[in-house]
Amino acid sequence: MISAVILYFIASKFKVYEDPRIDEVEEALPSANCGGCGYPGCRAFAEAAVKEAKENKSIESLFCPVGGNDVMKTVGSILGLEVKEQEPMIAVIRCNGSHTNSPSKVQYEGATSCAFAHALYGGEGGCQYGCLGLGDCVDACDFDAIHMNPETGLPVVNNKCTACGACVEACPRDIIELRKRGPKERRIFVSCVNKEKGGPAKKNCAVACIGCGQCEKVCKFDAITITSFLAYIDFQKCTLCRKCVEVCPTDAIWEVNFKPRKPKEPKPEASADKETKQVAEVTEKTAVVKDKEQQKEKKEEPKENKE
Amino acid sequence: MNMLTVSGSPHIHGDNETKKIMYGVVYAMIPAMLVSVYYFGLDALRVLLLASASAIFFEWVIQKYLIKGPVTITDGSALVTGILLAFNVPSNLPSWMVIVGALVAIGMAKMSFGGLGKNVFNPALVARVFLLISFPVQMTSWPKPHAIINGLTDAVTGPTPLGIVKEGLRAGQTMSELKPELPTYIQDLVGQMGGSMGEVSAIALILGGLYMLYRKIITWHIPVSMLLTVVIFTGILWGIDPQHYADPVFHLLTGGMLLGAIFMATDMVTSPMTHGGQIVFGIGVGVLTILIRIWGAYPEGVSFAILLMNAVVPLINRGFKPRRFGAKPGVDIKTS
Amino acid sequence: MTGRLKTFTLGGIHPEENKLSAHVPIEVLPVPKQAVIPMGQNLGAPSKPVVGRGDQVKVGQLIAEASGFISANIHSPVSGKVLKIDNILDASGYKRQGIVINVEGDEWEESIDRSDNIVEEITLDAKEIIDRVKQMGLVGMGGATFPTNVKLMPPPGKVAEYLLINGVECEPYLTSDHRLMLEKGKEILIGTKILMKALNVKTAIVGIENNKPDAINHMTELAKGFEGIEVQPLKVQYPQGGEKQLIKAVLNREVPSGKLPIEVGCVVQNVGTAYAVYEAVQKNKPLIERVVTVTGKGVRKPSNFLARIGTPIKDLVDAAEGLPESTGKIINGGPMMGKALTSLEVPVVKGSSGILLMQENESRRKPESSCIRCSKCTYVCPMGLEPFLLARVSRVGNYEMAEREMIMDCIECGSCQYTCPASIPLLDYLRLGKTMVGAIIRNRKKN
Repeated sequence: MISAVILYFIASKFKVYEDPRIDEVEEALPSANCGGCGYPGCRAFAEAAVKEAKENKSIESLFCPVGGNDVMKTVGSILGLEVKEQEPMIAVIRCNGSHTNSPSKVQYEGATSCAFAHALYGGEGGCQYGCLGLGDCVDACDFDAIHMNPETGLPVVNNKCTACGACVEACPRDIIELRKRGPKERRIFVSCVNKEKGGPAKKNCAVACIGCGQCEKVCKFDAITITSFLAYIDFQKCTLCRKCVEVCPTDAIWEVNFKPRKPKEPKPEASADKETKQVAEVTEKTAVVKDKEQQKEKKEEPKENKE
Repeated sequence: MNMLTVSGSPHIHGDNETKKIMYGVVYAMIPAMLVSVYYFGLDALRVLLLASASAIFFEWVIQKYLIKGPVTITDGSALVTGILLAFNVPSNLPSWMVIVGALVAIGMAKMSFGGLGKNVFNPALVARVFLLISFPVQMTSWPKPHAIINGLTDAVTGPTPLGIVKEGLRAGQTMSELKPELPTYIQDLVGQMGGSMGEVSAIALILGGLYMLYRKIITWHIPVSMLLTVVIFTGILWGIDPQHYADPVFHLLTGGMLLGAIFMATDMVTSPMTHGGQIVFGIGVGVLTILIRIWGAYPEGVSFAILLMNAVVPLINRGFKPRRFGAKPGVDIKTS
Repeated sequence: MTGRLKTFTLGGIHPEENKLSAHVPIEVLPVPKQAVIPMGQNLGAPSKPVVGRGDQVKVGQLIAEASGFISANIHSPVSGKVLKIDNILDASGYKRQGIVINVEGDEWEESIDRSDNIVEEITLDAKEIIDRVKQMGLVGMGGATFPTNVKLMPPPGKVAEYLLINGVECEPYLTSDHRLMLEKGKEILIGTKILMKALNVKTAIVGIENNKPDAINHMTELAKGFEGIEVQPLKVQYPQGGEKQLIKAVLNREVPSGKLPIEVGCVVQNVGTAYAVYEAVQKNKPLIERVVTVTGKGVRKPSNFLARIGTPIKDLVDAAEGLPESTGKIINGGPMMGKALTSLEVPVVKGSSGILLMQENESRRKPESSCIRCSKCTYVCPMGLEPFLLARVSRVGNYEMAEREMIMDCIECGSCQYTCPASIPLLDYLRLGKTMVGAIIRNRKKN
């Protein structure tokens, strides 16, 4: 009884005042505590949001990738501020050096850690920029969104991805990039990060970017730049016209979730990797379709307005 | 030429293997196994085989069907646990209790912690204590040792030397009065006394211990610190009042003292990692054992003492780190 | 001289020695057809090329400059025309910048004294010696490749008391230092005297392990003619060749954690470095060649070659009568700390002490199983660390704890992984932890 009274007095005397809005904002957040926003945990994000709202009258610098635009709208309404909608992003694996495209020249034994293998040598296929396939990205993901495909030795991202950026940081070779999801989940990107000249690059991997510049020439929207024999497509400028995909001699540029084009004569030397690409596309497509079905089952919210 | 292998250094490996260590312990236990069959007959053989087989079986079932991971029953660790469990029970224990013991040892004390290397408590001791508490009557009816050359079975049971002393002292008798009822030291050394299967023969256990020391499976730190503590502690008490306290040699040779010191407390997984820590561990086990033997309710305290110290091992590991190279300053350095 | 055997007391292992080429005299390898000289041959910053495509170069000509305090000059080991400056595969497993020279003849710079006579008198003073060592691009030949001139300049406030010459060669299979001591012992001791002059120390001790009794006797005899130089035989134990362990063994001094040997008044140099110092100071010859052991149980002709820097390793293996069919691993260095290579198209560099061709049946690791907490790794760690703990926390990413538990003290000797009964890749995780903790420490210093 006495201790209860003492505790009550101590609690009320030493109580720390906290803006009650912090609790409200925290409630609205997904509680994943993934750090994708750049803050250590959802509570820290809530505190930062309230602080920004008080000091700068705007929370433009903050974004919760897991909650996305819906959550940010709710946070905005709690704090009485306008929130701009942001494009949804997804992690993209920019390497297609599978076992078929980049056959192993040596076999690796040792710790199952990409960070370690990266410090040890270039890689089983010989490309020193390519994916090592040991799964640091898979370990880093909190959302079950990335898995290793044992047949290709490359990771595959599914629709659960919240673009929190954990895998991007985990990859020691900066192979993973956060890019716009695109309308109808359509995206185009260069699936290679090899900065070597064309000759050595192609020796190690059949679908490497050789820096030939054909894509840069054909792009009408100035979206493609070539630096150090590597092409890069700026997703802000890209209009998904697919001209670069047609023109790439090594099939290094990927188009994801598009309807298949009129069939052309298949390039003889690239038939093997086209298969791999199509397999990946189908897997991605079915992942998207499956996920959409699950979403339709779970919520009655109409998602049709997005299409 | 096949594909080259690429891996980090070192590219060579020594001879050490978990399997070799485990089977080394099994070989060290052979003398004690033989003595137990000699004095306790075919019953002992039954318990040994049943304990080993069920321990291995349970590990297989749990690894294959429950955990659905790799099956490692051939590494010898389940066999060691099975034999040690057999050593810790009387040879007339009913078969179903032996099987329950094996299930507790492997399933509860080892697998549920994460498998080999992850358990906190010695599995055989956990099983022994479990059986002791659950089936106190069967776990404390000790068959009288009956040399196998004199014929096969003998259903006579009797108390252990520790039991005699505990009851006697409690009843008000003195040590000299109890002496004629106790086996001689020679009998203790050889194994002709009541007790659980593995603990009776000091010579067999010491032989096993020496073999393990030679194979570098154990080091001297835990057995010596534990036994020395016991000798000193009981020596002081016995020195003060020899009529009401048994002498140190008696304490060393009776009960599970030697079995505990050589096979149970030295279990790698559940003992400290540094020699300093191991000595503290040994001292702790010695003190607790004597406390329980003399002032506790049970006549034997080794099992409880070891389990209690097992719980303290993570703390000991925190406190006792190896000496770091360069931790002591150098000698005589010119500075100008 | 001191005849009793000494050794270091903490940890250590004794792997099979396999010194297959110990009795094979050094063979001079002919110049290659094409020399590939990587720019990153030393600890610290890679060197910057000072020649261009099409330039004609002579042996000993400067082709790359040190770029920073911890860096070294590189001189051409061959004469010919520079083909290109491009990214080439080196022993690191990556393509790094290097100079490729098409070899034409074997023309040397005139300033280099190519005569065989041994020059004993040391005419340069300490500062000139250090400048010459720097000019000639000398780095530690034991494998660490630390620029020698930097080692010869202790930081202010620290004074060198002893010079230790490392003739230990504790790695199994390697014998280049052994042969060098037997065949060029006098030159090594003159080099030692030069280093003593540069550091202004009165005593130098040459540490040699007991599995090289001929070298011990030979060097002890020779050392009688040199004032201040002693030979200390050492009990065979790995990793005695590590600086810190050697200092502990010879002088019973322990270098404090995180500090350099100069902290206890010592400077350690490899016998190969001492020989290179002799050649640089007395013969005006830059570092352009070194002794490389080619060995392995399947090698038909285990050898010690004097090879020019930039020689493709393939040439050395061919001279040892070819790559054995059963080769499973090609190691640059020894089996405990060497680096596995992906191909033979990698060049010899200043730190290449040997090429070990391992058989297939020896090349695969045993399968990994659970840690049984036997503590053998802790008992053998020469730095008094707990490898099981450091590997575990590195594996799960708890780098703060790794730093607290002194992971940066690890010398990466591999004794822990060698001993582990469960075949856990301890050193792999330790290296991972060290890389991550190193990055954390660097970031902390920046902020």
